[in-house]
Amino acid sequence: MLAFILRRLLQSIAVLLTVGLVSFSLFRYVGDPINSMVGQDTPASEREALRERLGLNDAPPIQFLRFIGNAAQGKFGLSYRTSEPVGRMILERLPATLELSFCAAVFALFVGVPMGVYTGLYPKHWSSRLMQAVSLIGISLPTFVIGILLILVFAVWLHWLPSFGRGETVMLFGWWPTNFLTIKGLQALILPSITLGLFQLTLLMRLVRSEMLEVMRTDYIKFARARGLTNRAINFGHALKNTLVPVITVTGLQLGALIAFAIVTETVFAWPGVGQLFIQSVQFSDIPVMAAYLMLIGLLFVLINLTVDLLYFVVDPRLRSQGGAARVAGH
Amino acid sequence: MTDSDIWWSFKSSSLTVVAAIGTILIILIAFLSPVLAPHTPFDPATLSLSDGLKPPVLLSPDGDWAFPLGTDDQGRDILSSIMYGTRLSLVVGFASVVVAMSIGIALGLLSGYFGGAVDALIMRIADVQLTFPAILVALLIDGIVRSVISVQRHDEIAVLVIVGAIGLSFWVQYARTVRGSVMVEKNKEYVQAARVIGLSPLLIMVRHVLPNVTGPVLVIATINLGLAIITEATLSFLGVGLPSTEPSLGTLIRLGNDVLQSGDWWITVFPAATLAALVLAVNLLGDWLRDALNPKLR
Repeated sequence: MLAFILRRLLQSIAVLLTVGLVSFSLFRYVGDPINSMVGQDTPASEREALRERLGLNDAPPIQFLRFIGNAAQGKFGLSYRTSEPVGRMILERLPATLELSFCAAVFALFVGVPMGVYTGLYPKHWSSRLMQAVSLIGISLPTFVIGILLILVFAVWLHWLPSFGRGETVMLFGWWPTNFLTIKGLQALILPSITLGLFQLTLLMRLVRSEMLEVMRTDYIKFARARGLTNRAINFGHALKNTLVPVITVTGLQLGALIAFAIVTETVFAWPGVGQLFIQSVQFSDIPVMAAYLMLIGLLFVLINLTVDLLYFVVDPRLRSQGGAARVAGH
Repeated sequence: MTDSDIWWSFKSSSLTVVAAIGTILIILIAFLSPVLAPHTPFDPATLSLSDGLKPPVLLSPDGDWAFPLGTDDQGRDILSSIMYGTRLSLVVGFASVVVAMSIGIALGLLSGYFGGAVDALIMRIADVQLTFPAILVALLIDGIVRSVISVQRHDEIAVLVIVGAIGLSFWVQYARTVRGSVMVEKNKEYVQAARVIGLSPLLIMVRHVLPNVTGPVLVIATINLGLAIITEATLSFLGVGLPSTEPSLGTLIRLGNDVLQSGDWWITVFPAATLAALVLAVNLLGDWLRDALNPKLR
């Protein structure tokens, strides 16, 4: 088990370094750091001096190492657009994105999994068929269209919920603005969370459904019935538990997708998170922000994947032996 | 498998037939839009502000039969905009699938046929790219292009940039599939025979190995078409795709969204419904093709 974790850790570091390399090339070669710092009429000699002082004339590997070292401390230079430190800009907006993604994930899990269990247990029932049909439509509708339709119905026509922004926030620990402590903040979370979570919900529902259909046919479920266990114990204690490994994999991978797709949702709802910052940086070709966002997303994805790998061991006792670990790694 | 099997499986699934008819209809109407569309919405000379913000004709007495689905704030006919927009969305969707497929097949063939260091390099790149959702990769490529060329130049070649960005973000799946099939095929006798008679690796790959992997590639392409159309629409909605002088369905939805708060819903809802219908029809076709070509399910 230890060898397996170590190997995954090494792989993760390799992925992070690759992302860092892409990020560094973006920062160093696509945008010219000097041009963004000086005026149009700065003489060439001054530019050269600045270049030397910033170490831009050093060998590329040394520059790369310095870039990684700075990135590890959250230093990504200044934004071309606002001239603020990029690290601080991202940190200020990160809580908004994390709270939104968290709510969307909770929504997808706590609605999608029960729907999947239900449609898996009663696949022929009319309500299951209805859910299946709706989920197909849900997969075909792009995220931003869902968001717009929700705004149209619940904000423009019914006036029940706000259509943009975070509403009221309260500062936690002096730096983390949270939505969870005010009514207005919670209301503002509802529509964006549904928009962001809906695709993941349909995905989870379909996955749990097909896994349940498979598991319910196996011998140990028949045996559990023969032992006279209640339906409840069989459905949730035996059947659902065995669908968890793929559910955890997909949830983990989708958590990353949630943070990436938050870009779209944040734009629709004018939600002041890192996704909106990233879109603005693409529009204004603000390379330092793009590079920093790429590193952040890379780090998040790697952390999520590592957590998912560790969760396998908690959920599936078969994997705690050496051979099992190799089996999962081969997947 | 013979062609008649596929035809039989097609006819026996009524949902697929409906989806196919829907897809063909949408494609036909979109490509005939210069003939069929009642107006030329993006020719400023034909627009009149006094036609602005007319509601759909069937839902309100203020409607005008000249504009069956209403008009936007500039007086552009929504129906005609949708027809032209769908054409652009389809062109970008097809083109980016072709780009992704070409890159993926080429790299997959190289990777599977030669193995070793070439294979390792290509597959590691694929692994890293697969860590990121395709939309993020496309956004990043678009952002890089934007910083290299001027804004005006970007608008001129926006279609090419978008096709390239989407194409480059979807190649991994093709490469992996082709690589897997090639690794199976290359040890078979016909490939060894071709090698023995001295054919070049390029000829063997293209003429002998490639025809055997077209089935799975076709399935991925159909499923990716829906995804590519959604990705283009999303990029255009985010304002980094096609400009408003050359609107696709996504651009139209963005333009409508800007005035949504005032309650003029038809400017947004009709393009959105068209997009959803198009993607749903294409996805249904993709699902059916996947099942029909998958021998395990029969």
